[in-house]
Parts: sequence; C-alpha cells; structure tokens
Amino acid sequence: MTAVLCRHFGLKQIENAEDIASDTFLKASEHWAINGIPENPTAWLYTVATNKARDYFKHLAVRKNQIDDAIGQDETIVDYEFDFSDAMIADSQLSMIFAVSMPGNSREAQICLALQILCGFSVEEIANAFLSKTETIKKRLHRARTHLRNNHFQIDTLSKAAIESRLDTVLATLYLLFNEGYFSKTNKQLIRKELCSEALRLTLVLTEHPLTNIPRVNALLALICFQSSRLDARIDRFGETILFEKQDKNLWDKTLIGRGNYYLVNACNGTEVSRYHLEAGIAYWHTTCGDNKWQHILQLYNQLLLIDYSPVAALNRAFAFSKVYGAEKAISEVEKLDLAESNYYHELLGYLYADMEEISTAIQHYTKAMGLTRSKAEKQTIKQEIDRLTLLSAGAR
Amino acid sequence: MKEFALIFRLKDMADFKPSPEQMQERMNWLGSIAAQNKLVDKGNTLLPFSEHSRTITSDHVVTDGPYTEIKEFISGYIIVKTDSIEEAVAIAKENPIFKVGGSIEVREVLKRD
Repeated sequence: MTAVLCRHFGLKQIENAEDIASDTFLKASEHWAINGIPENPTAWLYTVATNKARDYFKHLAVRKNQIDDAIGQDETIVDYEFDFSDAMIADSQLSMIFAVSMPGNSREAQICLALQILCGFSVEEIANAFLSKTETIKKRLHRARTHLRNNHFQIDTLSKAAIESRLDTVLATLYLLFNEGYFSKTNKQLIRKELCSEALRLTLVLTEHPLTNIPRVNALLALICFQSSRLDARIDRFGETILFEKQDKNLWDKTLIGRGNYYLVNACNGTEVSRYHLEAGIAYWHTTCGDNKWQHILQLYNQLLLIDYSPVAALNRAFAFSKVYGAEKAISEVEKLDLAESNYYHELLGYLYADMEEISTAIQHYTKAMGLTRSKAEKQTIKQEIDRLTLLSAGAR
Repeated sequence: MKEFALIFRLKDMADFKPSPEQMQERMNWLGSIAAQNKLVDKGNTLLPFSEHSRTITSDHVVTDGPYTEIKEFISGYIIVKTDSIEEAVAIAKENPIFKVGGSIEVREVLKRD
C-alpha cells in the first residue's frame, strides 16, 4: 500500500504515504470490530486508503491555492486516481525494492528500510532481528530516509542500467532478509516464518518482471524455496530446533522442493555461476539422498568459499568434509579455522569428537559452545547433548 | 599478514589434466585455504602445451612451449596470505601435487605501487 501511494506522492513524501497506510489499518481495526469484517477486506482497505489520500491532496491543494491566490499563481492539478490493481501493486513493490536498495545507503540501512517499508516491521522487530538497540535502528532508518528523499529518487522510472547496477544489492537484501528469518537467533520463536515468506514473496516479484527475471534471481528463489521446504521439519512442538539429520523428511514440503527445482533449472540458462547458484545447489543436494550427495555438497562449498569467504560457509564445508572423509580428518580441517569465538565452531568440534568417541573433549567443546550462544533454544539443544554424552561415558565406565 | 605466491611445477605433461578424483583433491586443498580465509587470489592455470605457450630468450629466439632447459614446467599459481613464510610452506605441503612428483615454489609478494 505504501509502495503504491509513494508512486503518486513521490518518495519525498514517504512518511505521509506511511501515515495514510497506518491510518487506514487503524480505521479498519476500529470499524471491523464494530461492524464485522467486510466481504472484501482488501478492497475495503484500498478504498479507505484512496479516500484518505484524496483528502490529504485536497487539503494540500486548498492550502496551496490559498498561498497561490495570495501571490497570484495558477491552480495546480492533482491526479486523485489511485490504481490498486495487482499489477500496479507488483510494479510499485518492485520499484520500491530498488528504491530501498539505493547505492549510498549502507547494507544494514537498506535491509532496515526493506523490512520497515516493504514488510511492515516495527522498529522493535527490526532491532531484534539485528541484535541492535531500537535507538540505533531509529537513527539508521532516519539517515537512510533522508538519503532517499535528498536524492529525488523517482520510483516509477527505473532504467535498465539502474536495475542492473542495483540488482546485486537488492538480491543481497532479500538474501539477508530470508536468512534473518531462517536462522533467527534472538527471538523465542526460533523461526520467523514471516521474514522467510516476505523474502520469498519479494523475490517472486523479481522473477515475474522481464527485466529482473535473470539466472541469479532464479537461483536465489530456488535457494529460498529449498530452504523453506524444511521450515516445518526444522522445529519440534516445543519450539526446539531439530538438526538436519534428525528431521522427519515427510514433513518437508514437496511442493516447495518442486518449485525450487523449477527455478534452479531456470537459473541454469546461461553460463553464470553466482553464489546463489552454488547455495541453491547445496540446498538441492540436501533434499536428495544419493551416494555422492556429500561429495557434491563439499565441492559446492569449496567453490562458494572461493567466491566469498564466510565463517558459516567454512564450518559447513568442514561438516560436509566429515561426511565424506570421516571425523578424524575433519577435526584437523576445523582446527585450522580461526573461529574459536564462534559457538558453531565448538558445536561442530563437539559433534566430531563425540563421533570419535572422545567424550570428554566433546563435552569440553559443547560446554564452550553453550557459553558462547545467545539463543535459549540452542543452549537447550546443547545441554541435552552434553547430558546424553555424560550418561554415555558413565555407562562405559 | 604477508602475501605469498605458490607456484606449481609439474614434470610430466600427462599429469596436467587431472582425473576427477585429482580435481576433487585439488579443490579440497584450495577450499581448505579459502575456509581459513587465507586465500588472496585463486590464481590461474597456465597452459603448457606448445600451441598455448612461447618462450623468448635474450637473443629474441622464440621457441614453442615452456622453458625446456629445466625438466619441470609451471602449471599454475595461487596467492595466499599468512603471518609467516613457514605457514605458507605448511599450506603448500598439503597440496596433492607431490603425489605426482610435482613441486611448489613459495615466494613472498613484493607489491609495486
């Protein structure tokens, strides 16, 4: 809604557009509580928003006329028609995705803006997602918005060149948005399905536009589909994370895996191999159970690390390495990594030493991991593992 | 951190084209360096076959192929960053090239401005 209104207002007035949108929802909650939910709630919302926007423009025009009369200028004509059709919404959202991914805004700021404007997140929710204070987020958003306004960004006139130059930032934003949902560390509710489905929805918008329907975008969408297919299997009824190996594969969403395959095939048109291709490839192999699965995954992680180093990729590579070459060799791979400050590093070592039946070393690493993680659910999972190992070593004695 | 070029040399042209297993080993070695965040440049392969290479000597004599006076030829290079040359050597030692009698030269990179 904000995106469509901004199309008319111009981004300079994004606050007004947002005010109108939130006023509309406020009015809806009051009106619907008394009169019940209307037959077509979406249409109802858009009608109210349109009326509010018209009122706002009339008010503005009247004031402007008064001033213009005083200084003797002509009346300005304002277009009061708002088009809330699906096509217009998709188009406006696409433009808005590119608007928030404006060069000059930091990556964090871009994601904050995307979450706030496109996904309707509150400042608190964003602060939670970023492990930051609300004040920091407020300041970050303020700076980013000022930057948007001052650059006179035109929302409806995206050139092909602008799309190309910004697409990578856009994809990075969507990727981080999804990861924030998928691997959420701070919230009690471990999986922020909402963030994941927002990332999916916005990426889908990109694949539906001819200018942005390119291999990289399809690869990202495939990745999101594959990962999302496991959302329900990743968490048990007590809200605890279930490790990949222990997941009930029947809970994997076959439809989403099918969509993932579809977009991955689309992504392979052409010769481009982006990090999203590699990650989608890894996610694809995870959905299969062939013999060479882990060798493929290991090789894809090797390639991914050559493109872009990240501690997570380094640790995941080591896990895949252990699946192919065994725990002993994997331990020496892990211990080369300078990541002793990461709880995942110690969890992986704990897991590998447990596999080697070096229980006390395993427990030492798990204990370190427990001290390093901030996630309650994760602490619980590790605690269970330590208890299991303690029992095991007591039994062996 | 210092940067070091690792220069690979092979003796036998037949070893230049790796088998799928050798390729996996090489990639695992490279992936391991990247996983330690010590890879500066994944470098390139240098084609040794006569149609892809020339050697020019001081009197401007041009010959096909790599320098033939020595028995080894350079097959490629990468650049790593480590605290010391010893560490770079330790990384090089794990390369599977030694299985086929190849060698690696470790050279510190002096950057030109």
